[in-house]
Amino acid sequence: MRSYTPKDDVQKKSYYTDRYWVAPQVPKSDVSEDAVFAADHAELRAHFEILEAYIQRDQMVVYIHPKDNYAVLEFLRDHCGYTQLSELSAIDWIAQRGGFEVFYQMLSMTKRKRIRVKCFIGENEAINSVEKLFRSADWSEREMYDMFGIKVNNHPFLKRILMPDDWEGFPLRKTYPLQGDEFAAWYEVDRIFGKEARDIIGPEIRDAARVDRYDTERFARLGYEVPKGTPFDPNQPKTSLAYQEEGGVFLIEGFDEEKSTIISDRKR
Amino acid sequence: MQQTNRLRPFFENITFERDDNELVLNFGPQHPSAHGQLRLMLHLQQEQIVKAYPDIGYLHRGMEKMAENMIYNEFMPTTDRMDYIASSSNNYGFALAVERLIGLEVPRRAKVIRMLLLEINRLMSHLFWLATTALDVGAMTIFLFAFREREYLMDIIEDYCGARLTHAAIRIGGVPLDLPDNFIPDLKNFLDKLPQNIKDYEDLLDTNRIWLMRMENVGVIPTEMALSWGCSGPMLRASGVAWDIRKEEPYELYDEVEFAVPVSDKGDNFARYKLYMAEMRESAKILYQCIEKYEETVQNNQTELMAHAPQYISAPKLDIMTQNYSLMQHFVLVTQGMRPAVGEVYVATESPKGELGFFINSQGGPYPYRLKLRAPSFWHTGILTDLLPGHYIPDVVSIIGTTNIVFGEVDR
Repeated sequence: MRSYTPKDDVQKKSYYTDRYWVAPQVPKSDVSEDAVFAADHAELRAHFEILEAYIQRDQMVVYIHPKDNYAVLEFLRDHCGYTQLSELSAIDWIAQRGGFEVFYQMLSMTKRKRIRVKCFIGENEAINSVEKLFRSADWSEREMYDMFGIKVNNHPFLKRILMPDDWEGFPLRKTYPLQGDEFAAWYEVDRIFGKEARDIIGPEIRDAARVDRYDTERFARLGYEVPKGTPFDPNQPKTSLAYQEEGGVFLIEGFDEEKSTIISDRKR
Repeated sequence: MQQTNRLRPFFENITFERDDNELVLNFGPQHPSAHGQLRLMLHLQQEQIVKAYPDIGYLHRGMEKMAENMIYNEFMPTTDRMDYIASSSNNYGFALAVERLIGLEVPRRAKVIRMLLLEINRLMSHLFWLATTALDVGAMTIFLFAFREREYLMDIIEDYCGARLTHAAIRIGGVPLDLPDNFIPDLKNFLDKLPQNIKDYEDLLDTNRIWLMRMENVGVIPTEMALSWGCSGPMLRASGVAWDIRKEEPYELYDEVEFAVPVSDKGDNFARYKLYMAEMRESAKILYQCIEKYEETVQNNQTELMAHAPQYISAPKLDIMTQNYSLMQHFVLVTQGMRPAVGEVYVATESPKGELGFFINSQGGPYPYRLKLRAPSFWHTGILTDLLPGHYIPDVVSIIGTTNIVFGEVDR
């Protein structure tokens, strides 16, 4: 029987987990334990609805409603001193909770503190752009859209940034396989040679670790290099290291392996 | 709309034939001064840039996706391929993030060796920056000089880990090896000559008329723009913000060493150039202090190189070969991988280019549930959108040069 892999999460899983294994938790502490975070949290709570807040590994994590994201970030920038948005991205929870968690990693240079603002949006919901507050969000949001397919409202130029414009699928979703899908395998063949060349060329091999030792055309056997198309011969003699191209290569024509020496130490 | 036809470049939504005087110039992605795979769409009025659209993604390898399908130790060599000019700093950023996640303390000797590696990498990166930028601007001599010095540093690194470019020299929980015997003498030898070398570069460049014209008052980044675009490292410090993570949120032994954080409020190319030179001097200062610290650990017989945490880190080789339980642990850690606790961590370190951050969301499995790489060069490329308009074509080359972007890091 073929083993079952869930289609909504194709991330690699551990092949063995002890049945008594209980994953430990990274300790979370209450916001009140840090005076600076407690003050920021109190100010935020006075203006917005905070769903959850805690400190984990010296950084405060605040959960907000997705509709508040612009206002919260503006408030943090103008009133709490978090003047830099160092990172913005999402986490795919479609399989578990049917949506994405978007996080904003903020830095306050005056307080030397970092906080993470998080909000949860459904799979087909859009989030408001914070590009007007932080120009850096322009590219981060484009990357988020490119990788997860999260639509961003009010973004000036929402376009794929890393993948080609006409790419199908969103690579960082858990539903997307590591080696790419059917579309990815034919992408370059279709674009460069056209669909009618599919039969001649075949799909792109997207498994970087694949090695076919009998393939003399695509994979060279080190030390046994042969001209292209030579059939595989197990008794192939080792290629001489002094091998030269026809007519000799200009610079290494006079190179003699026997006469050469390797300098043991370079003069520093 | 242009048809997507075969064997002919296809430019999305861009019309090259226009009614107005604007010329659309395609710069890259194979331009020698584009520092890798940067493509810039420049809208020109005569020689002046009106709009600039940096286009990236030509080196995208999907490292975040790869990380989700690799155990933590497996991902370490992949981080080398981010900022391949200073690969140990990426190794270190990742190792530190995982250590924070599982709450590990690294032995002192490993900390000293890590700092030595990090600062050597900073010097290598800055020398490489100087060489390539000077070459882009036309100063061939500097290129040869700086590459010579970088070569010596690569030899020193090679003595340590066997690799010159992709080091993978740092492990989660410490470092794999102690320094070889000739490491400290070679490094001292290099450092003793470095001030004279830097002076040579400055003598050639500081009063050079061409260099000054290409650098001074070109590519001025105001403080607000730098903050808004998430700039970090020398790009931010050249715009008048004294923010160095080594100083503000010290990791390893950076709170024990003395060094200055050079800042400039000019924000132009020349300020960035002076900052890189000043930072090289500070790195040399840190390296001298690290050598002293290393010798102290030798005197105090602090020989441990890896943290002791059997749940996460394999035991030393001797234990694995002699003790059954260590061997079992090692087998499990290699085949299944370590399982950090359920939680999240964002750790930023000061890489030569700026703030290098690793965000890890762990769900208790051997594979990270989400790993986000925050590479400084990504935003240093993005800022070109706002920075280039108003400049002339030759300035593009010197501005790209001083932003010090590396495409392994931009595209990841």
